[in-house]
Amino acid sequence: MGDWTTISGNLLYAAFFIYLIATFFFAGTIRDKKKGKSKIAGNIGITITIIGFVTQIGYFITRWMASGHAPVSNLFEYTTFFGMMLVFAFIVLYFIYRVDLLGLFALPIALLLIAFASMFPTEVSPLVPSLQSHWLYIHVTTASLGQGILSVSFVAGLVFLISQVDQSKRSKHTYWLEFVIYIIAVTLAFIVLSSSFSAMNYEATFEAPIEGQQAEITYEMPAIAGPNEGVLISDDRMAPLFQAPEWMRGEDAAKKLNTFLWAILGGVVLYWGTRLILRKRIAASIQPLLNKKVNPELVDEVSYRAVAIGFPVFTLGALIFAMIWAQQAWDRFWGWDPKEVWALITFFFYAAYLHLRLSRGWQGMKSAWLAVGGFGIIMFNLIAVNLIISGLHSYA
Amino acid sequence: MKEKTIQKKKKRLIFRTAMLTVMVGLVVFALVANGEDEKAVVAKGEEAPDFQLKKFGTGETVQLSDLEGKGVMLNFWATYCKPCKDEMPYMEKLYPKYKEKGVEILAVNLDSTELVVESFVNEYDLSFPILQDKDGQVMELYNIGPIPSTLFINPEGEIEEQVIGPLTLDKLEGHLQNIAPEE
Amino acid sequence: MKEITCECGHINPEGTVLCEECGKPIEKNQHIDGNDEKQLLNMRYDGSARRSQTYNRTIVDKVWNFFSSVKVGVTLIFITVIASAIGTIFPQEEFIQSTVDPAIHYRDQYGLAGQIYYQLGFHDLFSSWWYMILLAMIGISIVIASIDRFFPLYKTLKKQKPKRHELFMKKQRIFGRTTAEDIDIDRFKENLKKRRFKIYEQDGHLLAEKNRFARWGPYVNHIGLIIFLLGALLRFVPAFYVDEFIWVREGETALISGTEGEFYIKNEDFTLETYDKDDPEDARFKEAIENQEGPIPKTFRTDATIYERTNKDVTGADPELEAVKEGAATLNNPLKFDDYALYQSSYQLDEFKDMSFKIHDKDDDETNHGEFTIDLTDPQSTYELEGGFRVEVVNYFPDYEMQDGQPESVTKYPRNPAFVFNVYPPGEEEAETSFLGIGANIGASEDNQYKLGLTGFNVRDVTGLTVKKDHTLGIISLGGAIFMIGVIQGMYWNHRRIWLQPREDGVWIAGHTNKNWYALRMEIERAIEDTNIEAPVDQYEMKS
Repeated sequence: MGDWTTISGNLLYAAFFIYLIATFFFAGTIRDKKKGKSKIAGNIGITITIIGFVTQIGYFITRWMASGHAPVSNLFEYTTFFGMMLVFAFIVLYFIYRVDLLGLFALPIALLLIAFASMFPTEVSPLVPSLQSHWLYIHVTTASLGQGILSVSFVAGLVFLISQVDQSKRSKHTYWLEFVIYIIAVTLAFIVLSSSFSAMNYEATFEAPIEGQQAEITYEMPAIAGPNEGVLISDDRMAPLFQAPEWMRGEDAAKKLNTFLWAILGGVVLYWGTRLILRKRIAASIQPLLNKKVNPELVDEVSYRAVAIGFPVFTLGALIFAMIWAQQAWDRFWGWDPKEVWALITFFFYAAYLHLRLSRGWQGMKSAWLAVGGFGIIMFNLIAVNLIISGLHSYA
Repeated sequence: MKEKTIQKKKKRLIFRTAMLTVMVGLVVFALVANGEDEKAVVAKGEEAPDFQLKKFGTGETVQLSDLEGKGVMLNFWATYCKPCKDEMPYMEKLYPKYKEKGVEILAVNLDSTELVVESFVNEYDLSFPILQDKDGQVMELYNIGPIPSTLFINPEGEIEEQVIGPLTLDKLEGHLQNIAPEE
Repeated sequence: MKEITCECGHINPEGTVLCEECGKPIEKNQHIDGNDEKQLLNMRYDGSARRSQTYNRTIVDKVWNFFSSVKVGVTLIFITVIASAIGTIFPQEEFIQSTVDPAIHYRDQYGLAGQIYYQLGFHDLFSSWWYMILLAMIGISIVIASIDRFFPLYKTLKKQKPKRHELFMKKQRIFGRTTAEDIDIDRFKENLKKRRFKIYEQDGHLLAEKNRFARWGPYVNHIGLIIFLLGALLRFVPAFYVDEFIWVREGETALISGTEGEFYIKNEDFTLETYDKDDPEDARFKEAIENQEGPIPKTFRTDATIYERTNKDVTGADPELEAVKEGAATLNNPLKFDDYALYQSSYQLDEFKDMSFKIHDKDDDETNHGEFTIDLTDPQSTYELEGGFRVEVVNYFPDYEMQDGQPESVTKYPRNPAFVFNVYPPGEEEAETSFLGIGANIGASEDNQYKLGLTGFNVRDVTGLTVKKDHTLGIISLGGAIFMIGVIQGMYWNHRRIWLQPREDGVWIAGHTNKNWYALRMEIERAIEDTNIEAPVDQYEMKS
């Protein structure tokens, strides 16, 4: 029975590489002359994507068999599932609109998510009593599906922005678009650095006071920012350049700050390295590749359609099912827990998006930026709320 | 046709006024209800809710409403609360003087075991009545949070002052003076 | 200030942008939707006379029109979003464990930022009056904006005629002219019918329409939201909502607060199970269990019996109880009875129930001069022992800690009991004093001849249950359900209309949808198959 865990892990690896291959085929579609409609490369791309998706479902089922509960109960499992739902939403919208370019951007985002997920502890974990409910599966899977569909809206918005923002001069648009790309670079840098250091088995241990008691803190990355009043006790390890500020009290606060700094710096190196090689803004370098392929009205509609489909699913999963579960587990359907608040913020934000679009005619550029903002909120809820702002949902 | 327009306008105004009134009414209700939920049911100037409790070590009961015409100091305390202990001697010191002036001190105890209270009362040699509120009913009625918490009730049965936290001898005396019935 | 008669003869209410019947733009009102000098018509609410900004004289009208604006609604939403986000920066007051005054807590924990946060009231944002007013204003805006839009739109869509004004046709986003003689109108109608369009005809003009109900989606979901908010409001009415908390010790029968003295509960047993890596069933979690520092709980369960009091009218009398329900409350499975539900929400393990002691010689543990047991819920002041010894309980600390060398009790619960005993040997007037607690056994003087020893104790668990009665749940669920129906209705169906106008030399075709234009064009392309009608074009040009 224990082998299911191994099989499941391998299936996830397989799915990852299959998505990667599919991405290359979608990249190949750029060469197609005809605007909009897909040709051979696109057909191969979507077929491979579907194979990858089925493989990932295989991972999901085998992991379920291994643990005895739906694998959506910790950050690794949830983020992986989110990536899977993003792929699923992409497949659905692909068959409605047949936009190849969507695949070229959606799959890398899904790949980043899955890679990011595996930076968290991946072992099968038991369920604490509050999570032992069928509503856990229903709530989490539906919410995640909703977020996946809404993320496709971001992907389409990104395609729209990269192809439509006027790159001939500097503007707020070019600035923020580069910022979005930089954030993606930061994520990539985090994944690369984190897996490199863990492959090297890097460990540096500090002794520092935590809530009045001396505790040992082990860094898995060289310390740029050491714990406040911490003393390095491992030999031959890099001494921290500075100490985390005093108000960062939590046991892992300084460690998280350090990881964050590495990611930010890694992102700078990655982003500016690429930019120096290309000698222009990243988005400006991508734009000419897309111009022939992109039909802005169509991409804009895909982005909107994704919100139209995703919003009800998200509301159902992240608010209504969540309320039903909360009512059963904690005797109140709403408790203003940070995660709940951020789900509500997401709901409000997309509600505003719909009102602005339907009643005030926000389309194109404005709409695309809102889609980017919405994805920002979703990611904030996934990452920052779990890692920084703690609450009932911060998966143990 | 003019008439019709005026009629229509009037109807619209009435409809809008009614809708707005109902909605504003609901909002006000929510705000008031929410506000009440938060703050203590008992507040300065309000009438102190009545209760009846057994006097410690006796079969007698004390009812607040029986003490009308007297000033009442209602002190919530427990043996496991250090600042409560600190103010006990002050109360003991001032009690005889103010009892004469028509002020009663009621010390509502929140412990659950009588023995503990008994040894405490003996140790501190307390003479004012100790009331036992084992299940915390009166504490809940008065919405008492952290202890010590003391209410000063004037002879009219209204709450003159609520003090959360320990009292000094001077402050205690000042408050007691405030609620003493006029000669 | 007058009603507007269109050239088609229809009388429109004032403020109309597009004639209700023929769709002709009413010249002087084009500024309302910003149609001036635009190539395309703004079709929102089908150009009906909404908002009625012409009635703007009294305060009531001004307030009404303020809330009617979508711009205002969206602004309110954004303010709420920003406020809510700030409200999650630091934990809310209710989630803070510490008993310190919140004003001090925020300053100590988060410094200046925390102090500002507290002073601005963000520490208790979600029950603050201004947050509630924000939500209430969104609610009011929903109601008013819906009323102002639904009725005019409904009327306009009902009154619309297939025969449309030339300008209306030309200024539609999807528009095409076909110059041909052999146009197969019947085939076109048939194609449309197959695609589930409803067809209206007037003098050879065609209107094909489908999914008009999708236009009502927003109004349905707004009704749902309002019901939801009203349900939440009802929680402030005590008859609808009870929320209490009780501690019940194992074996104890206690009154369930919030039930007006009607129900009692007996805690038969409280169970806490944890995951065990050596248990074959939990072995798959071995790695996770080892990585976790403390034990990982598996179950919290209270087995209980619920009693109903049968002598309710006799106040003060001892309750006579009748068992009405036996069952268990676990997390995720509340124990329900009558209108109430008990939720497992807290526990306290191993509280002391009683302790037994014996007196023995100071130097010899084996001797026994008598034994006694103290019931910790009701300790006696003296115990007469069989061997003639008398033990006086001088002091009892239910939950002791040493503070400045003195034992002090920190709570009233017997979690760590300690005693000061006076032991009187038979016939003696002089007592030997000693202090006894868990891990402490101190004689008052070196000369003590006797010593007290703990021979046994019983512990029991305490369960913490939340008592809930919530009659608002039904209303809130209804609101949620209606909201979902409305959202799905509005988002998953598209209102589509296609107009066909006979011209001297062929036909004009125009199409409108409330969303998904690309899909509408696909639909038209299929509807004109084999009809010789040319595919219309999308006249919209995106400003990027």
